[in-house]
Amino acid sequence: MHRPDTGRPGRCIVIHKFLVHNEGDDVGVATEDIAGGQEITGVYMDSGGSVTVTAQADVPLSHKVAIRALKSGDDVTEYGVRVGLATQDIAAGDYVHTHNIRSARW
Amino acid sequence: MATELTGFRRENGRVGIRNHVLVIPVDDISNAAAEGVARLVPEALALPHPYGRLQFGQDLDLHFRTLIGTGANPNVAAAVVIGIEPNWTERVVDGIRASGTPAEGFAIERSGDLKTIQLAARAAQRFVQDAAEIPRVPVELGELMVSIKCGESDTTTGLASCPTVGQVVDRVIDAGGTVLFGETSELTGGEHLVAERCVDDGVRRRFQAAYDAYIAMIEEQDADLMGSQPTQGNIRGGLSTIEEKAMGNLEKTGTKPVVDVLEPAVAPTRAGLNFMDTSSAAAECITLMAAAGAVVHLFPTGQGNIVGNPIEPVVKLTGNPLTARTMVEHIDLDVSGLLRREIDVAEAGRQLQAVVDRTIRGRRTCAEALGHREFVLTKLYRSA
Repeated sequence: MHRPDTGRPGRCIVIHKFLVHNEGDDVGVATEDIAGGQEITGVYMDSGGSVTVTAQADVPLSHKVAIRALKSGDDVTEYGVRVGLATQDIAAGDYVHTHNIRSARW
Repeated sequence: MATELTGFRRENGRVGIRNHVLVIPVDDISNAAAEGVARLVPEALALPHPYGRLQFGQDLDLHFRTLIGTGANPNVAAAVVIGIEPNWTERVVDGIRASGTPAEGFAIERSGDLKTIQLAARAAQRFVQDAAEIPRVPVELGELMVSIKCGESDTTTGLASCPTVGQVVDRVIDAGGTVLFGETSELTGGEHLVAERCVDDGVRRRFQAAYDAYIAMIEEQDADLMGSQPTQGNIRGGLSTIEEKAMGNLEKTGTKPVVDVLEPAVAPTRAGLNFMDTSSAAAECITLMAAAGAVVHLFPTGQGNIVGNPIEPVVKLTGNPLTARTMVEHIDLDVSGLLRREIDVAEAGRQLQAVVDRTIRGRRTCAEALGHREFVLTKLYRSA
């Protein structure tokens, strides 16, 4: 779900729990500790738009949450580029880290 | 509050922001004498290190280049050099003097530590007294050489502290200044973006060659970089892959073209954004950049790398609110407001510029005040 947002700090109505670098990214970064089961909203840094998912697990501050489902072997996109590969199926709202993605380089 | 920047204008026209007198050992076994001089002349700063014997080829060239470049850095008023024998000692002294910086050399063989310390301490005393008379004068931001390198990164680095540094990098370059970035292996996943930003095909080829050679060196070791790159601290902070770390890292380079590719510790000749082929280990990287002449370093951190440098002030900033709260004595600027969207990146950039300006005028950074003086030479291979 995307909603328009003023994109201006201090003026937005969205209470965000995570930030996403670019529209089209698969993951966002928790800007505070997130508890599993919470409905959480993230803001896109490039467009100012927002996205809401239900957290499937606890995600600590500065760790990543999936904003769309990925299949094992899929590219994982962040900053608009591939930052790794999914090593198992990932659901929207899942905690994303070294247990379910890996480098495509080494 | 003063708005004018001030610094030290050296004989060769370069501009520094500190006024150190150094005691530089040429080799490991001269550390004791160098530290002895600094005990007698407390304002002289000894730079002990573990190398300088039986090195050869490119590794020896880099050793000399780093010691000479450190002595010639515009943050240095004068240098005393102490080596075990006179030949290599003179080589370092001559190199520093060629930059216009006063230097005196002392060899320990046929004198012993105690006589050497006495003679070198007399030179250091005179340098300290002379340095105190060098006035601070007005300088411009564009006259400074700035270096950048991040450490113990996490995902907040790419969201907050690195983009903040990118704002200041663009500002320094717009003013005519020079900025150094490096961390060759840590560009993996974003190296194509650096290549695209190279100003011409010649620079692009040299960048690609430096990158490929570093990766080949790692692969020759037949080792697994997982667990080293990203580091355990990176992973604890939420970074999962080298590519993700690289993309955050690159945020700090701003938006300007890459004008040149430098070997480690080589002084840049072109204003603008220069890439230097370095390790991603903080102290090694900053030591090489300071030896190239950088006078102030911008250091974004996520989980809290606490590095400093003896001659180049390290300005540290974090976007991680936990780090800002738990490691407050190490953090010069907290930009975690970016995560909460209380400020935007332009405002964070203005805040960092204000901290940098105060550092230029003489305010001590956290790392300076806490005595972080990591001087770490890069060694390319085993000694003979």
